[in-house]
Amino acid sequence: MHLLEGEGVTRHFGGLAAVSDVDFYVDQGEILGLIGPNGAGKTTLFNLISAALKPKPGKITFNGRDITPLPAYQICRLGIARTFQTVKIFPHVPVVRNVMVGALFGTGRRTSSAEARKKAEEALEFVDMLTLKNTVAGDLTLAQQKRLEVARALASDPKLLLLDELMAGLTKPEVTEALGDIAELRSRGITIIMIEHVMQAIMAASDRIIVLDYGKKIAEGTPAEVAANPKVIEVYLGEECDA
Amino acid sequence: MLVVFVVLALLPQYNHGYTVTLLTDILRYAILTLAWMIFSGPTNYMSLATAAFYGIGFYIAAIANGPVPFAVAIIIAGLVSFVVALLVGALTLRLRGVYFCIFTFALTLLIQNVVLEVERVVTHTRGRFVEAETTEVAYYAMFIVAIFTIAMAVLIRRSRYGLALQSIGEHEEAAAHSGINVVRTKVLVFAASAMPMAMAGAIIATQRTYIDPGIAFSLQSSFLPVLMALFGGMSNLVGPIIGAAVFTYIGELLLTEFPDLYMLIFGVVLILAILFMPNGIVGLAQTVWTKIRGSRRSAAEGGRRAPA
Repeated sequence: MHLLEGEGVTRHFGGLAAVSDVDFYVDQGEILGLIGPNGAGKTTLFNLISAALKPKPGKITFNGRDITPLPAYQICRLGIARTFQTVKIFPHVPVVRNVMVGALFGTGRRTSSAEARKKAEEALEFVDMLTLKNTVAGDLTLAQQKRLEVARALASDPKLLLLDELMAGLTKPEVTEALGDIAELRSRGITIIMIEHVMQAIMAASDRIIVLDYGKKIAEGTPAEVAANPKVIEVYLGEECDA
Repeated sequence: MLVVFVVLALLPQYNHGYTVTLLTDILRYAILTLAWMIFSGPTNYMSLATAAFYGIGFYIAAIANGPVPFAVAIIIAGLVSFVVALLVGALTLRLRGVYFCIFTFALTLLIQNVVLEVERVVTHTRGRFVEAETTEVAYYAMFIVAIFTIAMAVLIRRSRYGLALQSIGEHEEAAAHSGINVVRTKVLVFAASAMPMAMAGAIIATQRTYIDPGIAFSLQSSFLPVLMALFGGMSNLVGPIIGAAVFTYIGELLLTEFPDLYMLIFGVVLILAILFMPNGIVGLAQTVWTKIRGSRRSAAEGGRRAPA
Protein backbone atom coordinates (compact mmCIF):
# COMPACT_ATOMS: atom_id res chain seq x y z
CA MET A 1 0.00 0.00 0.00
CA HIS A 2 1.27 3.46 -0.87
CA LEU A 3 1.36 6.16 1.80
CA LEU A 4 -0.50 8.60 -0.44
CA GLU A 5 -2.28 7.72 -3.63
CA GLY A 6 -4.34 9.75 -6.09
CA GLU A 7 -6.57 8.25 -8.77
CA GLY A 8 -7.88 10.26 -11.70
CA VAL A 9 -7.45 13.49 -9.77
CA THR A 10 -9.02 16.33 -11.76
CA ARG A 11 -9.87 19.94 -11.12
CA HIS A 12 -11.21 22.48 -13.58
CA PHE A 13 -11.23 26.26 -13.18
CA GLY A 14 -13.96 27.37 -15.55
CA GLY A 15 -13.05 25.76 -18.86
CA LEU A 16 -9.42 25.31 -17.89
CA ALA A 17 -8.25 21.92 -16.66
CA ALA A 18 -5.77 22.93 -13.94
CA VAL A 19 -5.21 19.29 -13.05
CA SER A 20 -6.51 16.66 -15.43
CA ASP A 21 -6.89 12.95 -14.65
CA VAL A 22 -3.59 12.64 -12.77
CA ASP A 23 -2.65 9.37 -11.04
CA PHE A 24 0.13 9.58 -8.50
CA TYR A 25 1.49 7.92 -5.39
CA VAL A 26 4.25 8.34 -2.88
CA ASP A 27 5.68 5.64 -0.65
CA GLN A 28 6.74 5.87 2.97
CA GLY A 29 10.19 7.47 3.25
CA GLU A 30 10.32 8.54 -0.37
CA ILE A 31 11.10 11.98 -1.74
CA LEU A 32 8.91 12.76 -4.73
CA GLY A 33 9.71 15.73 -6.94
CA LEU A 34 6.98 17.58 -8.80
CA ILE A 35 8.11 19.70 -11.73
CA GLY A 36 6.61 21.39 -14.75
CA PRO A 37 6.37 24.84 -16.34
CA ASN A 38 4.48 27.68 -14.66
CA GLY A 39 0.76 26.97 -14.68
CA ALA A 40 1.26 23.23 -15.10
CA GLY A 41 -0.94 22.52 -12.06
CA LYS A 42 1.69 21.68 -9.45
CA THR A 43 0.39 23.97 -6.72
CA THR A 44 -3.20 23.03 -7.61
CA LEU A 45 -2.25 19.40 -6.98
CA PHE A 46 -0.91 20.40 -3.54
CA ASN A 47 -4.14 22.26 -2.89
CA LEU A 48 -6.08 19.13 -3.80
CA ILE A 49 -4.01 16.90 -1.53
CA SER A 50 -4.25 19.31 1.41
CA ALA A 51 -7.98 19.90 0.81
CA ALA A 52 -7.73 23.60 0.04
CA LEU A 53 -9.65 22.39 -3.02
CA LYS A 54 -11.69 19.27 -3.68
CA PRO A 55 -10.96 17.08 -6.71
CA LYS A 56 -13.85 16.85 -9.17
CA PRO A 57 -13.68 14.01 -9.97
CA GLY A 58 -10.93 11.99 -8.37
CA LYS A 59 -10.01 10.19 -5.19
CA ILE A 60 -7.09 10.59 -2.80
CA THR A 61 -6.19 7.99 -0.17
CA PHE A 62 -3.73 8.35 2.69
CA ASN A 63 -2.61 5.22 4.55
CA GLY A 64 -5.39 3.40 2.72
CA ARG A 65 -8.06 5.80 3.98
CA ASP A 66 -10.13 7.89 1.57
CA ILE A 67 -9.35 11.47 2.56
CA THR A 68 -11.11 13.16 -0.37
CA PRO A 69 -14.11 14.36 1.67
CA LEU A 70 -12.11 15.59 4.68
CA PRO A 71 -11.64 19.31 5.49
CA ALA A 72 -8.17 20.86 5.55
CA TYR A 73 -7.73 20.83 9.33
CA GLN A 74 -8.36 17.07 9.48
CA ILE A 75 -5.91 16.42 6.66
CA CYS A 76 -3.30 18.22 8.75
CA ARG A 77 -4.21 16.26 11.88
CA LEU A 78 -3.91 12.99 9.95
CA GLY A 79 -0.29 13.90 9.21
CA ILE A 80 -0.13 15.82 5.94
CA ALA A 81 1.48 19.23 6.50
CA ARG A 82 2.35 21.79 3.87
CA THR A 83 4.13 25.02 3.13
CA PHE A 84 2.95 27.62 0.64
CA GLN A 85 4.43 29.03 -2.53
CA THR A 86 3.49 32.53 -1.38
CA VAL A 87 4.15 32.46 2.35
CA LYS A 88 1.13 32.35 4.63
CA ILE A 89 2.24 33.15 8.14
CA PHE A 90 0.61 34.96 11.08
CA PRO A 91 2.50 38.25 10.69
CA HIS A 92 1.67 39.97 14.00
CA VAL A 93 2.33 36.90 16.11
CA PRO A 94 5.78 36.06 17.53
CA VAL A 95 7.69 33.36 15.66
CA VAL A 96 7.40 30.77 18.43
CA ARG A 97 3.63 31.19 18.66
CA ASN A 98 3.33 30.82 14.88
CA VAL A 99 4.95 27.41 15.24
CA MET A 100 2.93 26.57 18.36
CA VAL A 101 -0.24 26.72 16.25
CA GLY A 102 0.99 23.62 14.43
CA ALA A 103 1.89 21.87 17.68
CA LEU A 104 -1.33 22.78 19.50
CA PHE A 105 -3.85 22.07 16.76
CA GLY A 106 -2.16 20.07 14.02
CA THR A 107 -1.05 16.86 15.70
CA GLY A 108 -4.45 15.27 16.22
CA ARG A 109 -3.64 14.75 19.89
CA ARG A 110 -4.41 17.02 22.79
CA THR A 111 -1.22 18.93 23.47
CA SER A 112 -0.58 21.07 26.53
CA SER A 113 0.67 24.60 26.07
CA ALA A 114 4.05 23.80 27.66
CA GLU A 115 4.46 20.73 25.48
CA ALA A 116 3.53 22.75 22.40
CA ARG A 117 6.10 25.43 23.25
CA LYS A 118 8.80 22.81 23.68
CA LYS A 119 7.90 21.23 20.37
CA ALA A 120 7.82 24.61 18.66
CA GLU A 121 11.29 25.38 19.96
CA GLU A 122 12.59 22.05 18.69
CA ALA A 123 11.14 22.75 15.26
CA LEU A 124 12.69 26.24 15.29
CA GLU A 125 16.01 24.73 16.31
CA PHE A 126 15.80 22.46 13.28
CA VAL A 127 15.38 25.39 10.88
CA ASP A 128 18.05 27.36 12.76
CA MET A 129 15.71 30.07 13.95
CA LEU A 130 15.55 29.53 17.69
CA THR A 131 17.28 32.86 18.33
CA LEU A 132 14.45 34.61 16.47
CA LYS A 133 11.67 32.99 18.47
CA ASN A 134 10.37 36.20 20.04
CA THR A 135 10.54 38.24 16.85
CA VAL A 136 7.22 39.17 15.29
CA ALA A 137 6.89 36.94 12.22
CA GLY A 138 6.13 39.85 9.86
CA ASP A 139 9.60 41.29 10.56
CA LEU A 140 11.41 38.24 9.18
CA THR A 141 13.04 38.13 5.76
CA LEU A 142 11.24 36.13 3.09
CA ALA A 143 13.74 33.27 3.37
CA GLN A 144 13.18 33.17 7.13
CA GLN A 145 9.41 33.23 6.67
CA LYS A 146 9.70 30.18 4.42
CA ARG A 147 11.70 28.36 7.07
CA LEU A 148 9.11 29.43 9.63
CA GLU A 149 6.47 27.67 7.54
CA VAL A 150 8.59 24.54 7.54
CA ALA A 151 8.90 24.73 11.33
CA ARG A 152 5.14 25.22 11.73
CA ALA A 153 4.51 22.22 9.49
CA LEU A 154 7.05 20.12 11.41
CA ALA A 155 5.48 20.99 14.74
CA SER A 156 2.30 19.23 13.65
CA ASP A 157 4.17 15.87 13.51
CA PRO A 158 3.67 15.22 9.81
CA LYS A 159 4.11 11.85 8.16
CA LEU A 160 3.99 13.56 4.78
CA LEU A 161 5.34 17.03 4.10
CA LEU A 162 4.37 19.05 1.02
CA LEU A 163 7.04 21.65 0.22
CA ASP A 164 5.98 24.23 -2.35
CA GLU A 165 9.01 25.99 -3.89
CA LEU A 166 10.99 26.05 -0.71
CA MET A 167 14.17 27.00 -2.51
CA ALA A 168 12.86 29.72 -4.83
CA GLY A 169 14.94 32.84 -4.35
CA LEU A 170 17.56 31.20 -2.14
CA THR A 171 21.29 31.68 -2.73
CA LYS A 172 23.47 28.71 -3.71
CA PRO A 173 24.76 28.08 -0.16
CA GLU A 174 21.20 28.35 1.16
CA VAL A 175 20.04 25.77 -1.38
CA THR A 176 22.80 23.41 -0.23
CA GLU A 177 21.68 23.94 3.35
CA ALA A 178 18.05 23.28 2.44
CA LEU A 179 19.06 20.04 0.71
CA GLY A 180 20.80 18.98 3.91
CA ASP A 181 17.61 19.74 5.88
CA ILE A 182 15.53 17.63 3.48
CA ALA A 183 17.89 14.68 3.86
CA GLU A 184 17.65 15.08 7.64
CA LEU A 185 13.82 15.10 7.47
CA ARG A 186 13.88 11.90 5.46
CA SER A 187 16.13 10.24 8.02
CA ARG A 188 13.47 11.12 10.61
CA GLY A 189 10.99 9.07 8.60
CA ILE A 190 9.13 11.96 7.02
CA THR A 191 7.96 11.44 3.46
CA ILE A 192 8.26 14.49 1.20
CA ILE A 193 6.64 15.76 -1.97
CA MET A 194 8.37 18.88 -3.22
CA ILE A 195 7.65 21.36 -5.98
CA GLU A 196 10.80 23.07 -7.17
CA HIS A 197 12.10 25.09 -10.08
CA VAL A 198 15.73 24.86 -8.99
CA MET A 199 16.62 21.90 -11.25
CA GLN A 200 19.91 20.84 -9.72
CA ALA A 201 18.29 20.75 -6.32
CA ILE A 202 15.27 18.69 -7.23
CA MET A 203 17.31 16.31 -9.38
CA ALA A 204 19.70 15.77 -6.49
CA ALA A 205 17.08 15.39 -3.78
CA SER A 206 14.31 13.33 -5.40
CA ASP A 207 14.02 9.56 -5.61
CA ARG A 208 11.36 9.92 -8.27
CA ILE A 209 9.97 12.81 -10.27
CA ILE A 210 6.56 13.50 -11.78
CA VAL A 211 6.37 16.04 -14.62
CA LEU A 212 3.16 17.98 -15.18
CA ASP A 213 2.28 20.07 -18.22
CA TYR A 214 -1.09 21.77 -18.80
CA GLY A 215 -2.50 19.78 -15.90
CA LYS A 216 -1.52 16.40 -17.33
CA LYS A 217 1.16 14.01 -16.16
CA ILE A 218 3.55 13.73 -19.08
CA ALA A 219 6.40 11.78 -17.48
CA GLU A 220 7.36 9.94 -14.33
CA GLY A 221 10.57 8.20 -13.28
CA THR A 222 13.96 8.58 -11.66
CA PRO A 223 15.66 11.96 -12.11
CA ALA A 224 17.93 10.45 -14.79
CA GLU A 225 14.99 8.94 -16.70
CA VAL A 226 13.01 12.16 -16.55
CA ALA A 227 15.98 14.26 -17.65
CA ALA A 228 16.44 12.00 -20.68
CA ASN A 229 12.74 11.95 -21.63
CA PRO A 230 12.32 13.76 -24.99
CA LYS A 231 8.84 15.03 -24.07
CA VAL A 232 10.16 16.59 -20.88
CA ILE A 233 13.08 18.19 -22.68
CA GLU A 234 10.66 19.62 -25.22
CA VAL A 235 8.10 21.18 -22.86
CA TYR A 236 10.23 22.07 -19.94
CA LEU A 237 13.95 21.66 -19.88
CA GLY A 238 14.13 22.72 -23.51
CA GLU A 239 12.63 26.06 -22.67
CA GLU A 240 15.52 26.81 -20.41
CA CYS A 241 17.99 26.01 -23.17
CA ASP A 242 16.21 28.39 -25.52
CA ALA A 243 16.15 31.16 -23.01
CA MET B 1 -7.70 47.15 39.35
CA LEU B 2 -8.86 45.66 42.65
CA VAL B 3 -9.45 49.14 44.05
CA VAL B 4 -11.72 49.92 41.12
CA PHE B 5 -13.70 46.76 41.79
CA VAL B 6 -14.11 47.51 45.48
CA VAL B 7 -15.16 51.10 44.82
CA LEU B 8 -17.67 49.95 42.23
CA ALA B 9 -19.02 47.26 44.54
CA LEU B 10 -19.56 49.61 47.48
CA LEU B 11 -20.74 52.64 45.55
CA PRO B 12 -24.53 52.26 45.82
CA GLN B 13 -24.22 52.25 49.64
CA TYR B 14 -23.11 55.87 49.55
CA ASN B 15 -24.52 57.21 46.35
CA HIS B 16 -28.02 56.90 45.00
CA GLY B 17 -29.95 57.76 41.91
CA TYR B 18 -28.17 59.34 39.01
CA THR B 19 -24.61 58.13 39.61
CA VAL B 20 -25.77 54.55 39.97
CA THR B 21 -27.86 54.79 36.80
CA LEU B 22 -24.94 56.31 34.90
CA LEU B 23 -22.58 53.60 36.13
CA THR B 24 -25.08 50.89 35.16
CA ASP B 25 -25.11 52.42 31.71
CA ILE B 26 -21.32 52.52 31.54
CA LEU B 27 -21.11 48.90 32.66
CA ARG B 28 -23.69 47.92 30.06
CA TYR B 29 -21.64 49.43 27.25
CA ALA B 30 -18.42 48.02 28.70
CA ILE B 31 -20.05 44.56 28.58
CA LEU B 32 -21.31 44.99 25.02
CA THR B 33 -17.98 46.36 23.80
CA LEU B 34 -15.86 43.76 25.53
CA ALA B 35 -18.15 40.92 24.43
CA TRP B 36 -18.05 42.23 20.87
CA MET B 37 -14.27 42.36 21.03
CA ILE B 38 -13.91 38.79 22.33
CA PHE B 39 -14.85 37.59 18.87
CA SER B 40 -14.42 40.50 16.46
CA GLY B 41 -11.14 41.80 17.95
CA PRO B 42 -8.77 38.93 17.14
CA THR B 43 -10.62 37.55 14.09
CA ASN B 44 -11.25 40.89 12.30
CA TYR B 45 -14.76 39.66 11.54
CA MET B 46 -16.77 42.80 12.22
CA SER B 47 -20.08 41.64 13.65
CA LEU B 48 -23.07 43.97 13.67
CA ALA B 49 -25.29 41.38 15.35
CA THR B 50 -24.77 42.75 18.88
CA ALA B 51 -28.21 44.38 18.84
CA ALA B 52 -29.84 41.03 18.00
CA PHE B 53 -28.45 39.30 21.07
CA TYR B 54 -28.94 42.34 23.29
CA GLY B 55 -32.58 42.53 22.15
CA ILE B 56 -33.13 38.85 22.83
CA GLY B 57 -32.14 39.64 26.41
CA PHE B 58 -34.92 42.26 26.57
CA TYR B 59 -37.55 39.78 25.46
CA ILE B 60 -36.37 37.00 27.76
CA ALA B 61 -36.61 39.46 30.65
CA ALA B 62 -40.12 40.44 29.57
CA ILE B 63 -41.22 36.81 29.43
CA ALA B 64 -39.26 35.25 32.27
CA ASN B 65 -38.66 37.92 34.93
CA GLY B 66 -41.41 37.49 37.47
CA PRO B 67 -42.29 33.86 36.74
CA VAL B 68 -38.69 32.99 37.65
CA PRO B 69 -36.22 34.91 39.85
CA PHE B 70 -34.30 37.79 38.20
CA ALA B 71 -30.97 35.92 38.32
CA VAL B 72 -32.49 32.88 36.60
CA ALA B 73 -34.02 35.12 33.91
CA ILE B 74 -30.58 36.61 33.22
CA ILE B 75 -29.03 33.17 32.90
CA ILE B 76 -31.82 32.00 30.58
CA ALA B 77 -31.21 35.09 28.45
CA GLY B 78 -27.54 34.13 28.16
CA LEU B 79 -28.35 30.55 27.19
CA VAL B 80 -31.03 31.43 24.63
CA SER B 81 -28.68 33.96 23.09
CA PHE B 82 -25.93 31.34 22.94
CA VAL B 83 -28.20 28.99 20.97
CA VAL B 84 -29.42 31.72 18.60
CA ALA B 85 -25.82 32.84 18.07
CA LEU B 86 -24.81 29.29 17.19
CA LEU B 87 -27.39 29.37 14.40
CA VAL B 88 -26.52 32.90 13.29
CA GLY B 89 -22.82 32.01 13.38
CA ALA B 90 -23.30 28.82 11.37
CA LEU B 91 -25.16 30.85 8.74
CA THR B 92 -22.90 33.90 8.56
CA LEU B 93 -19.40 32.74 9.42
CA ARG B 94 -18.82 31.16 6.04
CA LEU B 95 -18.76 34.70 4.69
CA ARG B 96 -15.78 36.97 5.04
CA GLY B 97 -15.01 40.65 5.34
CA VAL B 98 -17.69 43.14 4.41
CA TYR B 99 -20.13 40.36 3.41
CA PHE B 100 -20.09 38.96 6.93
CA CYS B 101 -20.56 42.44 8.35
CA ILE B 102 -23.57 43.23 6.14
CA PHE B 103 -25.13 39.83 6.67
CA THR B 104 -24.97 40.05 10.47
CA PHE B 105 -26.60 43.45 10.17
CA ALA B 106 -29.34 42.04 7.94
CA LEU B 107 -29.94 39.17 10.34
CA THR B 108 -30.39 41.63 13.18
CA LEU B 109 -33.09 43.41 11.18
CA LEU B 110 -34.63 40.04 10.34
CA ILE B 111 -34.80 38.96 13.98
CA GLN B 112 -36.29 42.33 14.91
CA ASN B 113 -38.99 41.95 12.27
CA VAL B 114 -39.71 38.34 13.15
CA VAL B 115 -40.31 39.37 16.77
CA LEU B 116 -42.51 42.24 15.60
CA GLU B 117 -44.62 39.91 13.44
CA VAL B 118 -44.84 37.16 16.02
CA GLU B 119 -46.06 39.69 18.59
CA ARG B 120 -48.62 41.07 16.17
CA VAL B 121 -49.99 37.65 15.22
CA VAL B 122 -49.69 35.76 18.51
CA THR B 123 -50.16 38.34 21.27
CA HIS B 124 -51.82 41.10 19.18
CA THR B 125 -49.61 43.71 20.81
CA ARG B 126 -46.74 45.95 19.84
CA GLY B 127 -44.84 45.88 23.07
CA ARG B 128 -44.58 44.22 26.45
CA PHE B 129 -44.23 45.22 30.06
CA VAL B 130 -41.20 44.08 32.01
CA GLU B 131 -41.27 43.31 35.71
CA ALA B 132 -39.15 46.15 37.13
CA GLU B 133 -36.13 45.80 39.41
CA THR B 134 -34.68 48.56 41.55
CA THR B 135 -31.78 50.67 40.31
CA GLU B 136 -29.47 49.08 42.87
CA VAL B 137 -30.40 45.51 41.96
CA ALA B 138 -29.87 46.30 38.27
CA TYR B 139 -26.52 47.89 39.08
CA TYR B 140 -25.26 44.88 41.00
CA ALA B 141 -26.53 42.47 38.38
CA MET B 142 -24.72 44.47 35.71
CA PHE B 143 -21.60 44.54 37.87
CA ILE B 144 -21.62 40.74 38.19
CA VAL B 145 -22.22 40.23 34.45
CA ALA B 146 -19.35 42.66 33.77
CA ILE B 147 -17.02 40.55 35.91
CA PHE B 148 -18.28 37.44 34.12
CA THR B 149 -17.54 39.09 30.75
CA ILE B 150 -14.05 40.18 31.78
CA ALA B 151 -13.32 36.66 33.07
CA MET B 152 -14.56 35.14 29.82
CA ALA B 153 -12.47 37.56 27.75
CA VAL B 154 -9.32 36.86 29.77
CA LEU B 155 -9.81 33.09 29.76
CA ILE B 156 -10.45 32.88 26.02
CA ARG B 157 -7.53 35.17 25.29
CA ARG B 158 -5.16 33.06 27.36
CA SER B 159 -6.45 29.66 26.22
CA ARG B 160 -5.63 27.83 23.01
CA TYR B 161 -8.74 29.44 21.56
CA GLY B 162 -7.03 32.82 21.88
CA LEU B 163 -4.18 31.76 19.63
CA ALA B 164 -6.61 30.00 17.28
CA LEU B 165 -8.73 33.15 16.93
CA GLN B 166 -5.71 35.32 16.30
CA SER B 167 -4.39 32.90 13.69
CA ILE B 168 -7.77 32.93 11.97
CA GLY B 169 -7.70 36.73 11.94
CA GLU B 170 -4.17 36.88 10.55
CA HIS B 171 -4.41 34.14 7.96
CA GLU B 172 -7.46 31.94 7.92
CA GLU B 173 -6.19 29.57 5.23
CA ALA B 174 -2.89 28.96 7.01
CA ALA B 175 -4.82 28.41 10.24
CA ALA B 176 -6.96 25.70 8.62
CA HIS B 177 -3.92 23.99 7.10
CA SER B 178 -2.20 24.05 10.50
CA GLY B 179 -4.99 21.96 12.01
CA ILE B 180 -7.38 24.56 13.40
CA ASN B 181 -11.06 23.70 12.99
CA VAL B 182 -11.76 27.19 11.76
CA VAL B 183 -15.56 26.96 11.46
CA ARG B 184 -16.10 25.38 14.87
CA THR B 185 -13.76 27.82 16.63
CA LYS B 186 -15.42 30.84 15.08
CA VAL B 187 -18.99 29.68 15.71
CA LEU B 188 -18.34 28.62 19.33
CA VAL B 189 -16.57 31.81 20.34
CA PHE B 190 -19.13 33.93 18.50
CA ALA B 191 -21.89 32.15 20.44
CA ALA B 192 -20.08 32.48 23.77
CA SER B 193 -19.59 36.20 23.18
CA ALA B 194 -23.33 36.59 22.57
CA MET B 195 -24.16 35.47 26.13
CA PRO B 196 -23.11 38.60 28.03
CA MET B 197 -24.77 40.76 25.38
CA ALA B 198 -28.18 39.19 26.13
CA MET B 199 -27.55 39.25 29.89
CA ALA B 200 -26.90 43.00 29.74
CA GLY B 201 -30.09 43.37 27.70
CA ALA B 202 -32.12 41.42 30.23
CA ILE B 203 -30.93 43.71 33.03
CA ILE B 204 -31.51 46.98 31.16
CA ALA B 205 -35.01 45.81 30.19
CA THR B 206 -36.04 45.81 33.85
CA GLN B 207 -35.22 49.53 33.97
CA ARG B 208 -37.47 50.32 31.02
CA THR B 209 -40.76 48.70 32.10
CA TYR B 210 -42.14 48.99 28.55
CA ILE B 211 -40.31 47.50 25.58
CA ASP B 212 -41.04 46.91 21.92
CA PRO B 213 -38.89 45.53 19.06
CA GLY B 214 -37.73 49.05 18.14
CA ILE B 215 -36.38 49.63 21.65
CA ALA B 216 -35.01 46.14 22.24
CA PHE B 217 -33.26 45.74 18.90
CA SER B 218 -32.17 49.37 18.52
CA LEU B 219 -29.32 49.35 16.01
CA GLN B 220 -27.32 51.67 18.26
CA SER B 221 -26.40 48.57 20.25
CA SER B 222 -24.70 47.16 17.17
CA PHE B 223 -22.79 50.30 16.20
CA LEU B 224 -21.82 51.80 19.55
CA PRO B 225 -19.69 48.85 20.74
CA VAL B 226 -17.67 48.99 17.52
CA LEU B 227 -17.09 52.73 17.93
CA MET B 228 -16.30 52.36 21.63
CA ALA B 229 -13.76 49.62 20.92
CA LEU B 230 -12.10 51.82 18.28
CA PHE B 231 -12.23 54.77 20.63
CA GLY B 232 -10.66 52.91 23.54
CA GLY B 233 -8.18 50.84 21.54
CA MET B 234 -8.29 47.18 20.65
CA SER B 235 -4.76 46.08 21.51
CA ASN B 236 -5.77 44.84 24.96
CA LEU B 237 -8.86 44.28 27.10
CA VAL B 238 -8.59 47.53 29.08
CA GLY B 239 -9.06 49.55 25.90
CA PRO B 240 -12.70 48.68 25.23
CA ILE B 241 -13.64 49.16 28.89
CA ILE B 242 -12.08 52.62 29.00
CA GLY B 243 -13.53 53.37 25.58
CA ALA B 244 -17.02 52.43 26.76
CA ALA B 245 -16.67 54.46 29.97
CA VAL B 246 -15.36 57.66 28.37
CA PHE B 247 -17.70 57.37 25.40
CA THR B 248 -20.79 56.85 27.55
CA TYR B 249 -19.82 59.68 29.88
CA ILE B 250 -19.11 62.15 27.08
CA GLY B 251 -22.37 61.13 25.42
CA GLU B 252 -24.29 61.72 28.65
CA LEU B 253 -22.55 65.04 29.27
CA LEU B 254 -23.29 66.32 25.77
CA LEU B 255 -26.87 65.12 25.95
CA THR B 256 -27.53 67.02 29.18
CA GLU B 257 -25.46 70.15 28.48
CA PHE B 258 -26.02 70.62 24.74
CA PRO B 259 -29.07 68.56 23.80
CA ASP B 260 -29.42 70.32 20.43
CA LEU B 261 -25.80 69.99 19.41
CA TYR B 262 -25.36 66.51 20.93
CA MET B 263 -25.06 64.54 17.70
CA LEU B 264 -22.96 67.18 15.96
CA ILE B 265 -20.35 67.50 18.71
CA PHE B 266 -20.34 63.76 19.22
CA GLY B 267 -19.63 63.22 15.54
CA VAL B 268 -16.76 65.72 15.55
CA VAL B 269 -15.22 64.15 18.67
CA LEU B 270 -15.45 60.75 17.05
CA ILE B 271 -13.82 61.83 13.79
CA LEU B 272 -11.01 63.56 15.69
CA ALA B 273 -10.53 60.46 17.79
CA ILE B 274 -10.25 58.19 14.78
CA LEU B 275 -7.94 60.63 12.96
CA PHE B 276 -5.57 61.33 15.82
CA MET B 277 -5.84 58.19 17.94
CA PRO B 278 -5.69 55.29 15.50
CA ASN B 279 -4.93 52.95 18.40
CA GLY B 280 -7.52 54.47 20.71
CA ILE B 281 -7.12 56.10 24.10
CA VAL B 282 -4.99 53.24 25.38
CA GLY B 283 -2.74 53.45 22.32
CA LEU B 284 -2.38 57.19 22.81
CA ALA B 285 -1.56 56.72 26.49
CA GLN B 286 1.11 54.17 25.59
CA THR B 287 2.67 56.49 23.01
CA VAL B 288 2.71 59.42 25.43
CA TRP B 289 4.15 57.21 28.17
CA THR B 290 7.01 55.93 25.99
CA LYS B 291 7.72 59.51 24.88
CA ILE B 292 7.89 60.77 28.47
CA ARG B 293 10.10 57.88 29.49
CA GLY B 294 12.21 58.30 26.37
CA SER B 295 12.78 62.01 26.93
CA ARG B 296 13.56 61.40 30.59
CA ARG B 297 16.10 58.77 29.67
CA SER B 298 17.71 60.92 26.98
CA ALA B 299 17.73 63.86 29.43
CA ALA B 300 19.47 61.65 31.97
CA GLU B 301 21.93 60.46 29.38
CA GLY B 302 22.47 64.02 28.18
CA GLY B 303 23.17 65.05 31.77
CA ARG B 304 25.69 62.29 32.12
CA ARG B 305 27.36 63.11 28.85
CA ALA B 306 27.65 66.84 29.57
CA PRO B 307 30.55 66.77 32.06
CA ALA B 308 32.63 64.44 29.89
